[in-house]
Amino acid sequence: MLSSVAERVYWLGRYMERAESSARLLDVYSSMLFDIPRGSNINWGLLLDITGSYENFQSTGNMDSEINVVRFLVTDTENASSIISSLKMLRENARTTREVIPSEAWEQINVMYLQTREAIAGGVSRKVRQELFAEIIADCQRLGGLLRSSMAHNTAYTFIQIGNVLERADMTSRIVDVGSISLLPAFARARKSDAAMQETYENVVWMNILRSVGGYQSYRQNVANRVQGEGVVRFLLQDDEFPKAVNFCLNFISNYLEKLPNHDDVQLAVDRVKRITAEANVFHLLESGLLEYIDELQISLADIHSEISRVWFGYDPDAVVPVKVPMPKRTEVKSKARVVKKKA
Amino acid sequence: MALNWKSYNPGDFYDELMLGPGKPRRSARALVKYLGSLTNKEWHQRKDSVAAAIKTMGISFTVYSEAGNIDREWPFDIIPRIITSSEWDKTSQGLEQRLRALNCFINDIYNDGKILKDKVVPRDLIMDSGNYRKICKGIKPLHDVWAHVCGTDLIRGDDGEFYVLEDNLRVPSGVSYMLENRNVTKRVFPELFENYDIIPNTEYPSYLFDTLADISPEPKDYPEVVVLTPGIYNSAYFEHSFLAQRMGAELVQGSDLVVEDDHVFMKTIKGLSLVDVVYRRIDDLFLDPQVFNKDSMLGVPGLVRAWLKGNVGLANAPGAGVADDKVVYTYVPEIIKYYLDEDPILPNVPSYICSDKKQCQHVLENLDKLVVKPANESGGYGMLMGPQASKKEREAFARKIKANPRNYMAQPLISLSTAPILGDRNVEPRHIDLRPFILQGSKSYVTPGGLTRVAMVQGSYVVNSSQGGGSKDTWIVED
Repeated sequence: MLSSVAERVYWLGRYMERAESSARLLDVYSSMLFDIPRGSNINWGLLLDITGSYENFQSTGNMDSEINVVRFLVTDTENASSIISSLKMLRENARTTREVIPSEAWEQINVMYLQTREAIAGGVSRKVRQELFAEIIADCQRLGGLLRSSMAHNTAYTFIQIGNVLERADMTSRIVDVGSISLLPAFARARKSDAAMQETYENVVWMNILRSVGGYQSYRQNVANRVQGEGVVRFLLQDDEFPKAVNFCLNFISNYLEKLPNHDDVQLAVDRVKRITAEANVFHLLESGLLEYIDELQISLADIHSEISRVWFGYDPDAVVPVKVPMPKRTEVKSKARVVKKKA
Repeated sequence: MALNWKSYNPGDFYDELMLGPGKPRRSARALVKYLGSLTNKEWHQRKDSVAAAIKTMGISFTVYSEAGNIDREWPFDIIPRIITSSEWDKTSQGLEQRLRALNCFINDIYNDGKILKDKVVPRDLIMDSGNYRKICKGIKPLHDVWAHVCGTDLIRGDDGEFYVLEDNLRVPSGVSYMLENRNVTKRVFPELFENYDIIPNTEYPSYLFDTLADISPEPKDYPEVVVLTPGIYNSAYFEHSFLAQRMGAELVQGSDLVVEDDHVFMKTIKGLSLVDVVYRRIDDLFLDPQVFNKDSMLGVPGLVRAWLKGNVGLANAPGAGVADDKVVYTYVPEIIKYYLDEDPILPNVPSYICSDKKQCQHVLENLDKLVVKPANESGGYGMLMGPQASKKEREAFARKIKANPRNYMAQPLISLSTAPILGDRNVEPRHIDLRPFILQGSKSYVTPGGLTRVAMVQGSYVVNSSQGGGSKDTWIVED
């Protein structure tokens, strides 16, 4: 398979997952904010941190109000990691690989983009949002199923899968990060008179997180009856049966790597992340704060990507390829909500 | 309210479906009856579902403008055009004959030059042609074929006969739209296929692959065929991708290929892999910066050298365009007689060559009645529509002709036949042409029908999609 085509279908897989998990992330964050006491200092700016778009957002000069942040993350075509941009690039990568993907897949991607563009034309009120996110998630799932059942499981398929699942691991790490807001002092202060209340709210956060990845049931069945931070983080990082868990994703990638030539260096990079995931002392991390750990995890996931590019895509800076943007690293500059880290 | 065929009046033009108001041709009776049976609401629904189907299927082309490149949905009219198979058989033979002769001509030009020695075609005409490639001298491609894929534009005059307007021997485009038009019609009017036996055109990609496989330097069961596109922003990218997909060939850009030891390779995830045949959709001049345009970023350095050494098949061969020059066109009837000793089955449109002093004088004196075309442009660019041009435009054009007569030819304004399109309120006549596609390798193939292009503006003759033309599905049906 051509290196340039491999690169595009790999990005097709990544954008497909990025659109879906961004929708999930925004959905859960929205619904969580409705559950959190109003006196708390948890705000929409934090969402910019988690998606790594704080700096880009700042350059727009807008206040980090709900509507501004949501617009920026959903409908802003200037923001390369907004949902509409992800769908656009998903479409662009599909348009330029139509010779290797089933035509039904192209049609579905094309329609998904056109419909979303139409749906957001009238703004993204809370009501519109909910339906929109549900629609995007369902569309991406449908697309995944369509590829699985109607595309030959060949090299192109392998690259789609690897891109897809690598992106998923990255997004799971970001979703875990959402949980860290339950550790914020501002959050604790809001109900510090009542320790039991605080625990309730913490658990609300973690439950929402599980729901956002569709893992609530699986967690209850396989991990514990009670939803609490340590269990959820361990589940999302280390579980080897739940498809969105980082460890599951890494094993999945390893299996697909076997199908590709010269995969040794990429395998080594995957093994490094596996170690980071397996060796995480979650109890301790929750005490000291997740931020640094998540950073380390994301950097090592980015290393897998670099190795894939180096080995198979033979990166040629002059070549005309569709726009592709790695998910930005989380920003150095932190919003106000993030400055204080330690649990009170 | 249903469609009112009684108010449909094509005037003096030959109409493809109707003999006159309310009177369909025999082959169109079932179609006209069926369309007439739909209510206003129904045909609006069909029209909407065509638009939706085209959008969903992503059938698009790119229009260049100052505001940037815009991906536009393919303009399509839902009423098919019908041609009877008895009419078509003759036309098809004529097209095949024409391409055979043109390939003999190109091969002769680059080798013995007999036709020039015999003064059937003036030597200067060839040597001055912008499409003559010196570097091809002495080359004999496999099967002596240079133009493997040809798109010939036909028009139907008032007398109902097909005339050849021009041949496109470089990188003719449009065949993917011909195929997609059929797919759209099937989606939107499945009922129509109950009443007609329409000759399928879906085989084209297989024939194209066979034609390309024919020119593999080493005979193989599955030679590595690639489609070379100028890139993802090219106006015909949709087609390049479509054909690669249907042939199961790789779609490559120049940056995907390298030439080593005079062989062509593509960059794959396993390393370099040998390419046998390149179906190039890039103009000669951009093909290889080592030989032609040095600044070309689209081409592949060394590609032409690899071809000259016989290590890769190139379709169409560099230099094939020498025969689709609009001035050379005027000699095609003689060319057919010269090489094949046959009478041309399809007539040319009568033409005047400006390099001939007497004919040039006639052109200059009758600019208000003629259509003047530059020899080497395509897509309808750079031509003068005399009857519609202003006096000032005609004077400016006259100066251009005088400055470079070799570059121009002129034709009387031939009336193009009409076919009904579904307008906002009723069926309306519009002018159309037809571009069939012809393949030649060790065997020949002609598409049943072709791409019918429609001038969507009432009274207009401009059918080019780059200038707002539309298209129709074209049916060849048994009489």
